[in-house]
Amino acid sequence: MEERESSTSHTYLPGTASLVQEIDKRLLVVLRDGRTLIGYLRSVDQFANLLMQHTVERIHVGKQFGDIPRGIYLIRGENVALCGEIDPELEGRQELERVSIDEILEAQRVVTEKREEKRKRREQLLRSRGMRPLDHTDYDI
Amino acid sequence: MPLFYSFFKSLVGKEVIVELKNDLCICGTLDSVDQYLNVKLNDISVPDPDKYPHMLSVRNCFIRGSVVRYVQLPAEEVDTVLLQDATRKEVAQGKQPQKSAS
Repeated sequence: MEERESSTSHTYLPGTASLVQEIDKRLLVVLRDGRTLIGYLRSVDQFANLLMQHTVERIHVGKQFGDIPRGIYLIRGENVALCGEIDPELEGRQELERVSIDEILEAQRVVTEKREEKRKRREQLLRSRGMRPLDHTDYDI
Repeated sequence: MPLFYSFFKSLVGKEVIVELKNDLCICGTLDSVDQYLNVKLNDISVPDPDKYPHMLSVRNCFIRGSVVRYVQLPAEEVDTVLLQDATRKEVAQGKQPQKSAS
């Protein structure tokens, strides 16, 4: 039953389907709240607690993205949704445009405002019909 | 060994679709799985890349078991009869008192 494929020699760490192999690689981590962090994975444990160095928070809005430098991150495992090694080839191929931090934050603000407006309109509509609005937790897992 | 852990281990190498609790769907080849049902997928693709542009630069990924909502499996690879038997066996074993040593 011991037919391990790519996870040979790293099977000693229980759990975490061997994130050990990804150590020191440039990793993209998606958190439960939808944020995206990119950095070098330095340490990991069985709960998928992650220690990341040279971390940036990447914000995508439409076809644009921007990176905010964040430094060292220790992510508690429960907040990790997924992570994967960044393939430089794939990263170069995509037709996304890198913009400055200010630009991406502004774009994000506009999008968030629009979403908030929409939510308020829906809430008012529901209230006016005697219904209770849903909890606004849809983009956190 | 927990039933679903060994079940998922038998699906290694097969194409699966994992749906996360944030509605993101990821299609890929099952590379490995552990006892928390964390999974690793190879050659991933997302059906809606415009909505999740960050997934485009990743080829292989690790998904934490706790954020998985569904896993869609290839029907032809799942032996439901075997699964049922295994479930019954597990229940039967659980009923026998003080025999957990083996």
